[in-house]
Amino acid sequence: MKVAIKRISSDPLGLLGLCLVTLMVVSALGASIFAPYDPIQLNIMERLQGPSANHLLGTDQLGRDLFSRVLFGGQVALKVAFLSIGSALIVGIILGLIAGYGPVWLDNSIMLLFDTIRSVPTIMLALVTVAFVGASLTTLIFVIAASSIPTYGRIVRTQTLTIKSKDFVKAEMLMGASVLRILSIHLLPNILGPLLILASMDIPSIIALEAGLSFLGMGVKPPTPSWGSILNDGFTLIRNTPWPIIAGSIPLVLATLGFTFLGESLRDLLDPKLRKLI
Amino acid sequence: MLLYFIKRIFLGILIIGVAMTLMFFMIHLVPGDPARILLGPRATPEMIADISMRMGLDQPLVIQLMKFLGNILQGDLGMDVISNRPVTAIVFGQLPYTLWLIFSAIIGAMLIGIPLGCYSALHRNTLADRISGVISVACITAPSFVVALYSLLIFAVTLKWFPSIGAGEKGDFFDQLSHLVLPAFAIGLAWVGYLSRLVRASMLEVMGENHIRTARAYGLTETTIVYRYALKIAILPTVTVIGVGMGFLISAAVLTEIVFARPGLGKLIIESITSRNYPVVMGSVLISTVLFVISTTISDLVNASLDPRIRANL
Amino acid sequence: MSDNILRIRDLSVNYQTNRGILKALRHVNLDIPKGSIVGVVGESGCGKSTLITSIIRQLDANADIPNGLIEFEKQDLLKLSQDNMRNISGTKISIVFQNPMSTLNPVISIGRQMIDIQYRDKISKKIKKQRSIDMLTKVGIPDPHIQFNQYPHELSGGMQQRVSIAMALQAGPSLLIADEPTTALDATLEVQILKLLKELQEELGCSILFVSHHLGVIAELCDHVVVMYAGQVVEQGSTYEIFNNPAHPYTVKLLECDPASISKKQRLLPTIPGEIPDLINLSEGCIFKNRCNRSIDRCDKDTPIWNEFDKAHFVSCHLTES
Repeated sequence: MKVAIKRISSDPLGLLGLCLVTLMVVSALGASIFAPYDPIQLNIMERLQGPSANHLLGTDQLGRDLFSRVLFGGQVALKVAFLSIGSALIVGIILGLIAGYGPVWLDNSIMLLFDTIRSVPTIMLALVTVAFVGASLTTLIFVIAASSIPTYGRIVRTQTLTIKSKDFVKAEMLMGASVLRILSIHLLPNILGPLLILASMDIPSIIALEAGLSFLGMGVKPPTPSWGSILNDGFTLIRNTPWPIIAGSIPLVLATLGFTFLGESLRDLLDPKLRKLI
Repeated sequence: MLLYFIKRIFLGILIIGVAMTLMFFMIHLVPGDPARILLGPRATPEMIADISMRMGLDQPLVIQLMKFLGNILQGDLGMDVISNRPVTAIVFGQLPYTLWLIFSAIIGAMLIGIPLGCYSALHRNTLADRISGVISVACITAPSFVVALYSLLIFAVTLKWFPSIGAGEKGDFFDQLSHLVLPAFAIGLAWVGYLSRLVRASMLEVMGENHIRTARAYGLTETTIVYRYALKIAILPTVTVIGVGMGFLISAAVLTEIVFARPGLGKLIIESITSRNYPVVMGSVLISTVLFVISTTISDLVNASLDPRIRANL
Repeated sequence: MSDNILRIRDLSVNYQTNRGILKALRHVNLDIPKGSIVGVVGESGCGKSTLITSIIRQLDANADIPNGLIEFEKQDLLKLSQDNMRNISGTKISIVFQNPMSTLNPVISIGRQMIDIQYRDKISKKIKKQRSIDMLTKVGIPDPHIQFNQYPHELSGGMQQRVSIAMALQAGPSLLIADEPTTALDATLEVQILKLLKELQEELGCSILFVSHHLGVIAELCDHVVVMYAGQVVEQGSTYEIFNNPAHPYTVKLLECDPASISKKQRLLPTIPGEIPDLINLSEGCIFKNRCNRSIDRCDKDTPIWNEFDKAHFVSCHLTES
């Protein structure tokens, strides 16, 4: 870990990424500590103010402090990102293993399912699910996870097929090694690294997706603050004041930039050859 | 080669079929009577009876699925619950706006991004290259709807250089063009960065290969070498990327249409969701999926025909 | 001896590297008489590739030529502008590379490539195509009309190399440079390609600069031999002289190490002990002194001069200076 940090630091963009990510994570996790106001506290008297000493990023149309909303919005972003990627990884690995190891018809079916999910534009997939099931944080996490599963599943499946056909594995199987042993000793250690890097490089787009859906009103339900919903408020007020838009976009851009730089730095660190794959 | 074409197209059709099946099951996710859900609050008993018969709602699930798929293949995507017009007409009415937006965004991005990438590759490690590299990354990572919002804020609302709402007067080409500029810019910006990085990396790789050295040894002019021999190879990844990127383009278009209050699939689907107009929702998603599948299929086929090496491996 | 088509005098080439300046070629002298085949032989890293790229002026950006003269048809190639050089490359001087699969453009048909290199000629495409097809026939490609539209990967290795040779000889060059053209081919193909080169050379009368590390091929094909070691030419002479009266200790050892020259059965293959010297931190004296079994005191301090110690037989070794 220390070595990783040291190596990342030598790359200026990676270092910047690390700082931005740390900033974001710390401010999100510690939102309750850092936020000067309750993010959903209404204060109509102070509505639509620009930045001031009292309100670092100003207030929105209901008088809520934008800075606090931004901090708590980070919580939503992180929650969605990690929970959806985490569950997508788990399900993706399992399905990929089944597809790679199981019978051909099962493999073909799973791959067809994957291809289909990947063929629906992500936002459309999310919107149609929200349309039928209703908008909520859980729906969001579920949908985003579902759209990411095929990517991870495909990689695991390809690797499983490759490993399965390697001579030394065939030899082990002849000697009676269990499937579980083969998977855990030969497969998982090799793919876990690249998979995690790939997953971490998905974080920026997932944060952007959550923000986009919340912006459309299809994400987290108000009054929960999300960077996307702040942007939505800003959009409605665009002719009155630019500050909500600025307030909502700054954390979004910083977070996506930070995770992108960090992710690329990590990837180059662990295996520059991955540059071609990812 | 022909076999590959057929197989690939068949796969595309299969995927669309599975997507439609998934849509079908979605309806049943919603609590309540599917007929009422599909028809909305203004359903009359006659309409319910009609739709129950057309979709076989009282029959086993498999039969329903068959009827559902059959209907779609005949071009019947259901009826809009509010205006009672066929969904197909509504969706296809809005589709051109979205297509125009996507088309202009990607063409614009290619016109700027590909030469930029070429230039960066030929002048690598100069100041210009490094700067454009950082700008490219920044372009890629900024979410397109944020770019849209800022464009709206700066160029439309504050500076008033471009209109901020709608698609422009029908029949007035320049008016429509001016309404396209900012939305296409918002979507295309990320792609400029993406394409230029891709072309740069690809060109660098190709220019280092032996056959370029041979071409130089034969005294071919630098222009011929770069633009015919190298670019032809370097551009292949671009084709795939755009084909697969249709999904992102559609997603970006949805958000951008909302920001600029442009007509199109995005506006249609958001309004339909809010008004619980499920047939239109499903129709929009289905059409966008078909669009995406067509795009990836075409890009795979173009890729195969452009690169003889891929053809040889089929 | 007739006059020379190519004269290289005192050519030095340096590369800028992270560790310092790498002196890849030092004071190289080389003559290629008109109508002859000159072989350049030497180990990997002796500077053969640098020599070739210097002649065709395709050195990497980090290369620098501090001194030297490459005279071709009364012009110093090193002083020519890029445009003028481009007019010579591919017409009067052409080159066949080692690995044809990677040297031909994979996404353009070979016919197209052969027409493209004729771009300077203001004649119709039809004539260019006919010229190319005639050339393909000459190098022994069956059904040239069909092969014309093929892509490189659709041809076998031997065919690809024939196509490369056809491309090189199409414009009727005075000098053909062949950079290990048979190294990537199997033995039977090698024989065919060498035979082809010899026939074409006799017919067209061009000179060939043939680079190889394979002594047998050099002996078979070449009229003159140039022996290179670690960036220097150590010996040059007719094939007969070099193989029968080698003067430089390195040449002697090289011949001894060739498996073809082993007459008695032995367990271990002969080698030259030691390693190629570091070309960045060169020491004084002769370049071969560390590995030479006949070095004298003078070899440590003085660099030997290039001298003609026998008729048309040049060497740079203190032992031959009297």
